Amino acid sequence: MSLEQTKNFKQVNHSVRKVDAVQLALGKPSYVADFAPRDALIVKMLWSPHPHAKIVSVDVSAAEKMPGVKAVLWHGNVPRIAHCTAGQGFPEPSPYDTFMFDVKVRFVGDRVAAVAAETEEQAKAALAKIKVVYEKLTPVFSIDEAMADGAPIIHDEPEAHVPIPIPYEPKKNLVARVGCEAGDFEKGMQEADFTFDDTYETPYAQHCPIEPYVSLAQIDSAGRIVITTSTQVPFHCRRIVAQTLGIPVQKIRVIKPRIGGGFGSKQEILLEDVVAMFALRTGRPCFWQFTREENFRTGRTRHPIRVRIRTGIKKDGTITAIGMDCWNNTGAYGGHGLTVVSCCGSKVLPLYRCENIHFLGKVYYTNLPVGGAYRGFGATQAFFAMESTMDKMAEAIGMDPLKLRQLNHIKSGEGSPVFAALGEGKEGVPMTVGSCALGECITKGAAEIGWQNRADWRTKTGRYRRGLGMACLMQGSSIPHIDMGGASIKMNEDGSFNLLVGATDLGTGSDTVLAQIAAEELATTTDKMIVYSSDTDMTPFDVGAYASSTTYLSGEAARKAAADAKRQILHTGAEMLNLPEDQVVCKDAHVQSKDGQHKVSYGDISCYSLYSKNQYQIIGTASHVTHKSPPPFAAHFAEIEVDTWTGIVKVLKYVSTIDCGTAINPALCEGQTEGGTLNGISYALTEQYLFKNGRMTNASFTDYHIFSMRDRAPIKAILVPSYEDTGPFGAKSVSEICINGPAPVFGNAIYNATGARLNEFPFTPEKVLEAIRAVKQ
Amino acid sequence: MIKHPHTVTFTLNGELKTFITRPDEKLLDLLRREGYKGTKYGCGQGTCGACTVLMDGRAVYACLLFAMQAENRNVRTIESVGTHEKPSEFQQELIDGAAVQCGFCIPGMIMSAEALMQAEEVYPDDIVREYMDGNLCRCTGYEKIWGALRRVLDRREAAGPKTK
Repeated sequence: MSLEQTKNFKQVNHSVRKVDAVQLALGKPSYVADFAPRDALIVKMLWSPHPHAKIVSVDVSAAEKMPGVKAVLWHGNVPRIAHCTAGQGFPEPSPYDTFMFDVKVRFVGDRVAAVAAETEEQAKAALAKIKVVYEKLTPVFSIDEAMADGAPIIHDEPEAHVPIPIPYEPKKNLVARVGCEAGDFEKGMQEADFTFDDTYETPYAQHCPIEPYVSLAQIDSAGRIVITTSTQVPFHCRRIVAQTLGIPVQKIRVIKPRIGGGFGSKQEILLEDVVAMFALRTGRPCFWQFTREENFRTGRTRHPIRVRIRTGIKKDGTITAIGMDCWNNTGAYGGHGLTVVSCCGSKVLPLYRCENIHFLGKVYYTNLPVGGAYRGFGATQAFFAMESTMDKMAEAIGMDPLKLRQLNHIKSGEGSPVFAALGEGKEGVPMTVGSCALGECITKGAAEIGWQNRADWRTKTGRYRRGLGMACLMQGSSIPHIDMGGASIKMNEDGSFNLLVGATDLGTGSDTVLAQIAAEELATTTDKMIVYSSDTDMTPFDVGAYASSTTYLSGEAARKAAADAKRQILHTGAEMLNLPEDQVVCKDAHVQSKDGQHKVSYGDISCYSLYSKNQYQIIGTASHVTHKSPPPFAAHFAEIEVDTWTGIVKVLKYVSTIDCGTAINPALCEGQTEGGTLNGISYALTEQYLFKNGRMTNASFTDYHIFSMRDRAPIKAILVPSYEDTGPFGAKSVSEICINGPAPVFGNAIYNATGARLNEFPFTPEKVLEAIRAVKQ
Repeated sequence: MIKHPHTVTFTLNGELKTFITRPDEKLLDLLRREGYKGTKYGCGQGTCGACTVLMDGRAVYACLLFAMQAENRNVRTIESVGTHEKPSEFQQELIDGAAVQCGFCIPGMIMSAEALMQAEEVYPDDIVREYMDGNLCRCTGYEKIWGALRRVLDRREAAGPKTK
């Protein structure tokens, strides 16, 4: 297959209508909260007001007697089982450092005790009656404090451990350490004409899906627990809830209905264990929905990371050395700590050819909100450092930063020692890049933004100064040899199909994309697919929606399942036509002779197979594991205007190109790119957590601003096709990469406008103004 | 056990209805428990717009209003807009324009657009932004929602002033 042949596709590479668009536009009941029965008990949690404290005592006796209260949970009446809340491959590359309820609190917003009552008011009233005595401990609010000799130990519980052999030293607050070396970094630095040594910092941020975390647990008539939950990882959820409650997986069914956005935040089991435990204790449906404030405080966040980057470059543009040291603040619990920092290296360093690489990532606990998976997953943080440095290097050697990138970026057929060295909790997988249209992304994006007009900042005067900035990016598609997705597909009398996938559509459109892939393989149309996804009783397993895996991994599972069904359809069709199987083909939902003279419809084939002769159910099933993680590539460009009197940065135009292989659904790919880019723009310009004594002081959309319709920057998404041979119909991933661009693009554009180089964002007016003033002096 | 239940009476999607309520019950909670699930909880603070409904034609945040404030008012929810067979013009554009990602913000967006189209005769961009600014979306970057709305509004403008 090649790029040329994508023209023949009838279902994929077409912007077919999203399968759930109508029901969602009509506001039909679709999300978790819409399914809560009227008699559901309401769960509320008492959260820790302290960043670090021992719980000396908890007295729930008064709370238990309050009107409407059906159960109270706290560390004294639940199993104490160490686990990890991160939904990852099993056993997880993250510490088991969490208990349903613990005798210690480690951040403001940690669990203390929970109430299930008839109404929310009753639950809240009962919370107020819980008496807790705390012994405050010295909190740790920064990586420097966490690393210091004699620092308070945040995880001193004896059970804390990582289930796989990786460095973990909780007594030093060290959650993980990972590194790799290639060539000779020091030698590379010595060979350079110019060297750089800079440190960049990225802030906390929250995903802010408009639907907060929400879960519902009910006991069905057979006594099993049915958890309907807003999750990206239904199968991990089932496993982790079983583990945390100490009950068999068999006793639990997890259903993911429509999800109101996740972006990584819902790759975490934060509510399900509690609603399940309450349902077991009370026999009643139990419903828990975070408030927006809880979503900020207790919900997962983007890990703030400090990146020291050291590079060497020759005058001709040869990069002689890249060294990256990353310090990852994972907050109070360690889920995703190692894997996020690994991705700082594995998703960034391979982008540019360089023989001498040093990478070291360290992850530390602090008494701050907990980091988790967030779209971009480490690459976002490290690309800020990498792409800022690329511009600095280009200026030092007097080269257009665009040309420096063109000169050095990885191309088809090339590999990187980093691919093999850095995996997720183990070594990576050696890989050469298959498809790569980054070169075209750069030229198309440059033309769109008008890069040829870029002028040196020293030529700019006046209050309002315009600047152009760019960045190149890559990500991955799935976690090779770890992630697995399954699909099955079953044929009905009218030629429609039930496509059952474990893959988790959290608003991305993956149900649609997988339906298109299956329809293409089966030579039918997408509207014949009835998609049902992510129900642990009904669908095959899938690791879930993360690591940019769904289209590439689960898509291939869907394609293989469809191919399996197609073999059966051909077999029965040939039988009906009295032709040998090798003389018939599938076309337009029919099996037909090669000359098209004889044909039989899928509907008739299905009826025949179900009712007439040699009956059987036409059903295909398949699993898929990936052997590489082909990077999507992107080049981002922006033109901004800086008000040098106020420091306000205005985005005039943003160009977001992407090579995601074959765009299975181009309109949805654009939507992913536009949405992720605006999220990145909002993160780069306004989003951050503000703290007072470890307590977030801006836990609302009033004080934590995310971009609205009025703030919206004009974004031009450009899909640049390539063909990835290992993906379904040439597809790679699209979802994460786009969020990595805006911070370095704006950093570079602000420099290009004013000469001010900012090593941390958000680029708030105060920070930009201060940096501009420093230039003037 | 409530001896003197409070009630609230208002027109909901064209029908006069009376509901038992409490003085501190929010309109959002009343609507959702009565089955109007299209109106969403996103923040409870009047900041995200997922709970937007129309009250006497104006877009309001149902999470901030007490149910009893709807007394004698005319309330419209997303359930009054479009059907599977015949979605509204804006809904159709959203559907065809791939503007619905997770969809959680969409009912609120549609209600704000309804308010806009009821109140205004012409739709310059700044007015449209003003009406739509209270509805946050984290999935789409607003590009395709904006495009869908603009197509509807441009057609309405081209068709001339409202006749009703």
